[in-house]
Amino acid sequence: MNFHQTQFARRDLLKGAGALVIGFNSGLFAAATVAHAAPAVRDPKVVNSWIAMNKDNTATIYFGKVELGQGNSTTILQLVAEELDMDIAQLSVAPVDTAHSMNQGATVSSSSIFQAGPQIRSAAAELRQELLRRAVLKLNVAADQLTVANGNVAGGGKTISYGALIGDENEQIPLTGKAAVKDPAKYTIVGKRLKRRDIEAKVKGSYAYMQHATMPGMLHARVVRPRGQGGYGHGPKIIAVDASSIKDLRDVRIVQQGDFLAVVAPRQWDAVRAADKLKVEWELPESLPGTAKLHDKLRGSTTNDTTMLNEGNLAQAAAAHVASGTFHGPYQAHAPFGPSCALADVKADGAIVQCSSQDVFALRDSVAGLLELQKDRVQVQYIEGAGCFGHSCYDDAALAAALISKLVAKPVRVQFMRWDEHGWDNYGPPHVGEVRIGADRDGRLVSYEYHGWHHGWMIEETSDHLATGKPVHELDKGPGSLFVNKFDAGGMYDIPNRLLVNHAVPGLQGYLKGANLRSPMDMHYSFASEQLIDRLARMSNLDPIEFRRRNIKAERWLGVLNAVAKASDWQPAPLSTSPTGGTVVRGRGVALGTHKATLGGALGGAVAEIEVDRSTGTIIVKHIYAALDCGIAINPDVVESQIVGMSVQATSRMLKEAVTFSKTNVTSLDWKSYPTLRFGQHPDVTAIIVTSKDPPLGAGEEVVPAVGAAIANAVYDAIGIQLTEYPMTPERVLAALKS
Amino acid sequence: MRIVVNERVHEVDADPDTPLLYVLADELKLKGPRFGCGLAQCGSCSVLLDGRELRSCVTPLSAVGQGAITTLEGLPRFYAATRKLPTSPDLHPIQQAFIDEQAPQCGYCFNGIAIKAAELLSQKPNPSEVEIRQAMDGHLCRCGTYPRVMKAIRRAAAEMQK
Repeated sequence: MNFHQTQFARRDLLKGAGALVIGFNSGLFAAATVAHAAPAVRDPKVVNSWIAMNKDNTATIYFGKVELGQGNSTTILQLVAEELDMDIAQLSVAPVDTAHSMNQGATVSSSSIFQAGPQIRSAAAELRQELLRRAVLKLNVAADQLTVANGNVAGGGKTISYGALIGDENEQIPLTGKAAVKDPAKYTIVGKRLKRRDIEAKVKGSYAYMQHATMPGMLHARVVRPRGQGGYGHGPKIIAVDASSIKDLRDVRIVQQGDFLAVVAPRQWDAVRAADKLKVEWELPESLPGTAKLHDKLRGSTTNDTTMLNEGNLAQAAAAHVASGTFHGPYQAHAPFGPSCALADVKADGAIVQCSSQDVFALRDSVAGLLELQKDRVQVQYIEGAGCFGHSCYDDAALAAALISKLVAKPVRVQFMRWDEHGWDNYGPPHVGEVRIGADRDGRLVSYEYHGWHHGWMIEETSDHLATGKPVHELDKGPGSLFVNKFDAGGMYDIPNRLLVNHAVPGLQGYLKGANLRSPMDMHYSFASEQLIDRLARMSNLDPIEFRRRNIKAERWLGVLNAVAKASDWQPAPLSTSPTGGTVVRGRGVALGTHKATLGGALGGAVAEIEVDRSTGTIIVKHIYAALDCGIAINPDVVESQIVGMSVQATSRMLKEAVTFSKTNVTSLDWKSYPTLRFGQHPDVTAIIVTSKDPPLGAGEEVVPAVGAAIANAVYDAIGIQLTEYPMTPERVLAALKS
Repeated sequence: MRIVVNERVHEVDADPDTPLLYVLADELKLKGPRFGCGLAQCGSCSVLLDGRELRSCVTPLSAVGQGAITTLEGLPRFYAATRKLPTSPDLHPIQQAFIDEQAPQCGYCFNGIAIKAAELLSQKPNPSEVEIRQAMDGHLCRCGTYPRVMKAIRRAAAEMQK
């Protein structure tokens, strides 16, 4: 196997694995001129496993998190450059590869900087300390006389580079965790608006995405499935495949294992045509409730209930005003702009897979299981694809490629078609929230009760399930990130009596496949909770921001709220009970949001300004003011870019996006049946980073729930009615206006 | 068959009904036009044909004829030709503006967005907000970069007025 010229030295780990070690030929690294050397060891307790200093005074970082378009491959360099006193031009991130990267867990929940950053920073601090210790001996200068700039240590009129201070290639500097990290007050690189490394190649057309990768002699493959999945665990069964239906496509081969079906061909267009024309008789069970009956089914399920929080005593809360309601949220799709793509070359003694997985290490284990290979015979390499925003079909495509390659004994490229990606996604699960909140005469919240119904996340990838028929499972690791939780459900407010109950719906009983979609479940909670907060503000005859201020003690939450109030020039006024105006009415709304997986660490706030056309029911979001407190922003421009993106995405999800399905299968299979926000209707966005001296947190989730609920509250302001289900389509707005 | 791409003539060996996208990506190894939907709904595969945006995923090779195809890689030369510049710049002003505004995130949709914006600016040197929104509405971006794209288009227009 010789797919790309190797940039990486062979590693001991793969000794005996023959030619499985390959390098990348990715545009991502066009900007980096340094040669990458694989680390000699891979041990989290050894500095060299994290950062390899090179003799030419450059360094390579073996970061375990992947670039998804969020900019972490630039910001992690800023963190390391800061600790080492190097220029980021001297640094590069090694491509993420199970053969040499550190396993820092999946790139999910905005954890790159929050969770993985401190590990890398600690390694950098330790490396600097050790190199300075050596410099003292080499230069014969006292430690306090040394200064470092651009990786050059100077003192006593002498200079030596870091590169000249490193030992042989097998040296191991222990990572004790005791080296002091730099005082944030002295930061000169962290906090700078440096341009991202990847953007120039991306706009030039030289960036090599996953979809551009090739292997010599590869075949193009397409999976053949019914258009749109049915209930999870109730997969389609093949009754008959009519090979004669594609007999005029001579180079095409049909590949089948169990109910997994695919076509391969040397030319891509032949594979596309064959997948389209191949006549397959499927058995499709009626396993789903259909879109219209989804929420009744969720609410009526026999559930596994967990009291997530029971503080104070709801029964004794003396509420002058009580607001309550039942709120529904839909299944929503990841729908990456470019459908998933993967390459695999499977031999009898080993396999290599290239894909856009958010967790290459977990995928390596799945591939090994499917191919019945030892884990150390499988190498998975990450190449960036289109932004996925959670667990889209990237692993499914990778497993399909591995399986097909094994069956045809050739390298294989799988490209999902648009309907494969839209139809076989791991959707963000739907939700029913029954919420009841009380306030006293002074507008102080006294009671809060949230009951939430939803199913969990599912584990098995479709290709694996279809091919092996193995039983499927629902993720069962206790209260996970999707559970009703104390951060999302009223956690921003100071409420003495709070009861939160999670009603876990059994996901194998006729639901779609679910998984993490950006800011998982948070918008469901904010949509319900923050609308009732606004209703209580109205009952209390208070301005919604003033009402919130009365009920917030935490300084950081006040900071977020005040930031959006100031940016939007919010003039206090109680919510009107009878909005006036012509056909097109204006509204403004405010809301707060957070994200459980970061332990409610980063905080989002938003003000939305909207227009509603009462004759058509169309909502246009004109402007979003969105604030994020994410601790110290490593690169404010990157964080602002995230705030803008989250605001637009949340607008799309609140107004337009919903997966639809019949009793047998998903029917939203493209950008017409699953509409999203486009240029014609996007809001302007004012992004605000709340100044903080706290350690960096995630910056890619919390604005989503804040913006979604702010739009809902702006609709309430505009038409005086709260919608209880999103997306807030024109049909739903018109129905609400008529009622 | 013979096609003209980025001012070069290419002999390609493909069925006439092959969508242009697969020829550009697989035969010519171009990275600009890329698969997004295969349904002309998203603009991922866009190229210029004689200066007008075209969805290469639904355009058969046979429909292209000898028209001049410009891909993302050819935008700087396209700009030089339309503006009658003596030499081709490194980047089309819209590409430079995307860098200046740090507009892309994953950047996958920026092929089509750059192509469409370049077409717009070649026809309307100083487009209004409404004109930009209308022209770009056939393209979508999942990362939600629209506000920065709008700024970049206005920035490029201003640059081109100089």
